[in-house]
Amino acid sequence: MPTDSSFLDVDVWRSGAESFQNFQVPARDSQTVLDVVTWIQQHADPTLSYRFACRVGMCGSCAMMVNGKPRWTCRTHVKKVAKRGRIEIAPLRNLQVIKDLATDMSDFFDKWVAAEGVFHPTKTREDEIEAIRPDTPERISADAAVECINCGVCYAACDVVAANPAYLGPAALNRAWSLVNDLRDGALAERLEAVSHDGGCHNCHSHQSCAAYCPNSLNPTASIAGLKRETVKAAFRRGR
Amino acid sequence: MLDLRLYILQRVTALIMAPLVLGHIAVMIVAVRGGLSAEEILSRTQGSLLWAGFYGTFVLAASVHAAIGLRVVVFEYAKLKGLALSLFTWAVFLALLFMGTRAVFAVTAP
Ligand code: SF4
Ligand code: SF4
Ligand code: FES
Repeated sequence: MPTDSSFLDVDVWRSGAESFQNFQVPARDSQTVLDVVTWIQQHADPTLSYRFACRVGMCGSCAMMVNGKPRWTCRTHVKKVAKRGRIEIAPLRNLQVIKDLATDMSDFFDKWVAAEGVFHPTKTREDEIEAIRPDTPERISADAAVECINCGVCYAACDVVAANPAYLGPAALNRAWSLVNDLRDGALAERLEAVSHDGGCHNCHSHQSCAAYCPNSLNPTASIAGLKRETVKAAFRRGR
Repeated sequence: MLDLRLYILQRVTALIMAPLVLGHIAVMIVAVRGGLSAEEILSRTQGSLLWAGFYGTFVLAASVHAAIGLRVVVFEYAKLKGLALSLFTWAVFLALLFMGTRAVFAVTAP
């Protein structure tokens, strides 16, 4: 219940009680959602658990559901998301909750490995460094996908992840696509195979929630479309 | 619940259907323009290998395409998986193929 405009009316998910708990948090001129959570933990309830590290949008550890939408909380201003002074903060969707606002991201990262999101070098440290021209199409595609901070916002935004727990998800597939375009990598066939199973890239419905919410304006949908294209091409090449 | 094989099948059948749908609509518009009776239509389609091939191909492509599409819907919304999901996919495919083939047969058999 909004009291007066100098306070925010904040509902925070508590895993113990399995319900939201209301806090009245002093409103400030310039205030992020992470500031609000931190204020609660420091001034109202020290048992509130949540995760953050850099506070400047680099580390990707602070993502939560804010009024039902996935956001990086350290770079999300209260002014942008509060609805008449109200904010609801919940743990990231599509992940197990460890406690309160802290989720277990193991599934998320295991899927990066399952999608062959691992670099397979083709040279050793004794070799010359390979020059990659910035204007090749591969480098341009890799560039477009490379600035991921592993925040899990896209994973929480994806309805296919919600419906199909095996689905590798936008971030892992986006990573796989940046490696498909890495001319120094030597595991192209393995990677295309890894993203072609029941949980693979072909399950994406291209509805672009991931791209709409990615705080770094990446477009995993486009990366996944690239994977679909390359896997089909590879299959036809094998068929020949 | 789509692997590469099902994905390719669905895309290829979509590619096949697109021109057939356009052809179907074009023929309808042209044929019906001056008014056309069922007898007139049947007199042209019955015994025609061309129309049997045209609509037969469409029925086959549509059956495959729809079965894979419904498979995804049923998996995501009804949580059907494994053998049940495969049986569902095949049942939809065979049912559509049966009904479609009957219809094609009815208008093109001599
Ligand atoms: S476009 Fe694909 S990966 Fe992105 S949210 Fe939709 S289904 Fe998920
Ligand atoms: S693609 Fe965007 S939303 Fe997804 S994990 Fe990377 S930075 Fe976060
Ligand atoms: S705390 Fe590092 S991205 Fe938000």
